[in-house]
Amino acid sequence: WESFLPSRVLVQPVQLICLYAPAYHLILEGILILWIIRLLFSKTYKLQERSDLTPKEKEELIEEWQPEPLVPPVPKDHPALNYNIVSGPPTHIITVNGKECINFASFNFLGLLDNEKVKSAAQASLKKYGVGTCGPRGFYGTFDVHLELEERLAKFMRTEEAIIYSYGFATIASAIPAYSKRGDIVFVDEAACFAIQKGLQASRSNIKLFKHNDMADLERLLKEQETEDQKNPRKARVTRRFIVVEGLYMNTGDVCPLPELIKLKYKYKVRIFLEESLSFGVLGEHGRGITEHFGINIDDIDLISANMENSLASIGGFCCGRSFIIDHQRLSGQGYCFSASLPPLLAAAAIEALNIMEDNPDIFQTLRAKCERIHELLQGISGLKVVGESFSPALHLQLEESCGSRENDVKSLKRVVDYCMNSGIALTQARYLEKEEKCLPPPSIRVVVTVEQTEQELDKAASLLKEAAQSVLN
Amino acid sequence: MLVAVLTYVGYGVLTLFGYLRDFMRQWKIEKCQNATEREEQKDFVPLYQDFENFYNRNLYMRIRDSWNRPICSVPGAKVDMMERVSHDYNWTFTYTGRVIKDIINMGSYNYLGFAQKAGTCQEAAAKVLSQYGAGVCSTRQEMGNLDKHEELEKLVARFLGVESAMAYGMGFATNSMNIPALVGKGCLILSDELNHASLVLGARLSGATIRIFKHNNMQSLEKLLKDAIVHGQPRTRRPWKKILILVEGIYSMEGSIVRLPEVIALKKKYKSYLYLDEAHSIGALGPTGRGVVEYFGLSPEDVDVMMGTFTKSFGAAGGYIGGKKELIDYLRTYSHSAVYATSLSPPVVEQIITSMKCIMGEDGTNVGKARVQQLAENTRYFRRRLKEMGFIIYGNEDSPVVPLMLYMPAKIGAFGREMLKRNIGVVVVGFPATPIIESRARFCLSAAHTKEMLDTALKEINEVGDLLQLKYSRHRLVPLLDRPFDETTYEETED
Repeated sequence: WESFLPSRVLVQPVQLICLYAPAYHLILEGILILWIIRLLFSKTYKLQERSDLTPKEKEELIEEWQPEPLVPPVPKDHPALNYNIVSGPPTHIITVNGKECINFASFNFLGLLDNEKVKSAAQASLKKYGVGTCGPRGFYGTFDVHLELEERLAKFMRTEEAIIYSYGFATIASAIPAYSKRGDIVFVDEAACFAIQKGLQASRSNIKLFKHNDMADLERLLKEQETEDQKNPRKARVTRRFIVVEGLYMNTGDVCPLPELIKLKYKYKVRIFLEESLSFGVLGEHGRGITEHFGINIDDIDLISANMENSLASIGGFCCGRSFIIDHQRLSGQGYCFSASLPPLLAAAAIEALNIMEDNPDIFQTLRAKCERIHELLQGISGLKVVGESFSPALHLQLEESCGSRENDVKSLKRVVDYCMNSGIALTQARYLEKEEKCLPPPSIRVVVTVEQTEQELDKAASLLKEAAQSVLN
Repeated sequence: MLVAVLTYVGYGVLTLFGYLRDFMRQWKIEKCQNATEREEQKDFVPLYQDFENFYNRNLYMRIRDSWNRPICSVPGAKVDMMERVSHDYNWTFTYTGRVIKDIINMGSYNYLGFAQKAGTCQEAAAKVLSQYGAGVCSTRQEMGNLDKHEELEKLVARFLGVESAMAYGMGFATNSMNIPALVGKGCLILSDELNHASLVLGARLSGATIRIFKHNNMQSLEKLLKDAIVHGQPRTRRPWKKILILVEGIYSMEGSIVRLPEVIALKKKYKSYLYLDEAHSIGALGPTGRGVVEYFGLSPEDVDVMMGTFTKSFGAAGGYIGGKKELIDYLRTYSHSAVYATSLSPPVVEQIITSMKCIMGEDGTNVGKARVQQLAENTRYFRRRLKEMGFIIYGNEDSPVVPLMLYMPAKIGAFGREMLKRNIGVVVVGFPATPIIESRARFCLSAAHTKEMLDTALKEINEVGDLLQLKYSRHRLVPLLDRPFDETTYEETED
């Protein structure tokens, strides 16, 4: 077996080469091999990124460096610094800064904040479970009330499954990053609320904004994306696409054109995430939201997210949809896995509120009638224009003509609000973080309609606003 | 060494089986149990990548019954659990309707035992509930600022010994919404390796540059600070606007306590700001329960931002931030939560107020002080006994979070199930909350645990430890951690 010795195997071909190759060839190859060996063993020279400072120079730099103060000082008269103090429950009659007013500012659409049945259900839960849950859902924080609430919500919305979060803001802000990752594309309306914007920021996806409720603009963006896809089909096959819209927009008070969106969904193969915080418990014959309002099959929407802090007068939020989609959030929704679960008394309050919603479907009609009434009454106020659909319970009143700068607008609106508060109607300005919003809405007064307001109160509010606008803006 | 090898072998076998099962599912030899996409949407881009769910389908599903266990009583020292069985290997669960009563609860974060269904806290909360209702329906800056919230904030400021404080509705959201308000682009965040997901999310959302230092390692932190100040921002070389150090009081997966005196010394030397997240340590450390700052005998003025949650020691929900008046004024104006998120629910606020007054002793009794002392005693006793038995325990001597190392994947499920058979509820954690070979069981001690409960638990843990061969420690009595870098223990000298 001597012929199998490695030296034999190596030596023979080399001998052959030396015999048959021309001399210059061998010399060139030899030089090349030596050069490679040299490069392999020589030290790599890094570019001098850091100048070599002596320790003394470093000390001096450290001495000299002055950071900014942790927070810049806030002027004492900043409009957002001094909160209104509400003494007592924020119900229909509310005591703000010591004065009793009629509440036109809390999102208590169905008046369930003060409902005795809801309170007694919460009391029973408090006696059984105490207040806090002392743990996240994964670690002994899942109570039977949570499971019951999830089942009831899924049944009410007629979907397969629902998942509960302990904070309304965190619901959509955790749901979006669970599905949309870096490299995915999300088409979102310009007027989307801040929670959606934070969810999109956390997801690190490509965000494409389309003009508010403008389906032509959205279709243009979708077409552009399609042409992009054709250039790179392999990448397109793994890039997920989503459209995020709200049922009833908090910032503008109008609805999204859901039937057209469904058509676009199937044409361009995009998934739809619907945020229904304001429309849950408001729109639709039984309060099931915008899908019932437009008569659309709920399975066509991939994910519906809503918070329970408006119509259900509790705390927290939920997402509902098919099990295929919702189950994923149980392991990858950050606000679900890494946060304590909803206190059981709030879950019990939400269940009782759902019961009331199911037993009295005529409150939705009553609410809609009141919204339409106030919408009509508020038309024609000189200096203020009404922004929002006629059936939307959360309207905005914006200045018809701006006073020049946003600061001055805010000041004028504040004078209108103060006038109304002094005369017994509690209103508030819509608050935004001016530097953080992508598309900052103009300053406005928020008017909220609830089922508990009587017709006289609606009339009073409208006439008071007319007076205030007259005296302040003219 | 042997343990590490066996752990890897265990994961290897599981992965192989995983591939085999996936193969069988694809070829329809085995029935596919997960939910699938709609028929009408089959030609859409798939929502989940197949590989993403590999871990979920094959490893997590097998031991899924150790998590999400539903309970139906107050989460105190003893808890009632709804029994559930699975006939198809954990793909679906059915509830038998029976309730397993009086399970010793070593999993809930109930450090001072305020999770009670009767007592002064519960009565006060019931009164406020009937007066105010459950919800608030508005944000802090609009119409949701109740007098109760103002009362709570003044009390929290007094409790912590700071100028002013602000309370928020969710602990997770407190971090993720306020860190972006404090720092932005052009600032530097130095965050500990093992920080909680909420801190990581807040840091990411802020847009600042993030650099990570090794867990509790002061040399690593100092090196990063020096480099940052001397070299400035990468590429542009401009000086950093601010440097913020993010640390936690007690790390929930390790049980280690932050080296606060050294961090404060470094912070002062390099003129940076300190953000301390006391989610687990408030109420649980310190002779009067004021947290890790009191534990080390330092002044709260040295910490720029003191953040904490009310979920763990106060038996409620929500979070707070305490600090100087300018800081809190700024947060009242610019925090995302104040503008866009609903405020705390009134009965929850009342629970916090009552329990905090109890801890401070302002309700006229000694109950609060007794509880804090009971917790400290329980902690020391439990840890000592476990170490004597020969288990590997991480963390500081005084931290009520006790991680017991399991290492091998099969033992995770086995430990959870065996303990439940013996009526003790424990929490087991594996990948991805911990590094893949360091899975552990975590015990959370409570002032509500009596010595008898602890003794029962210890007896059972001893039995299960022998059964599953969990007593890895090679040294008895003298605790030696199996890690090369011993940062996690901090030998504290009594001063």
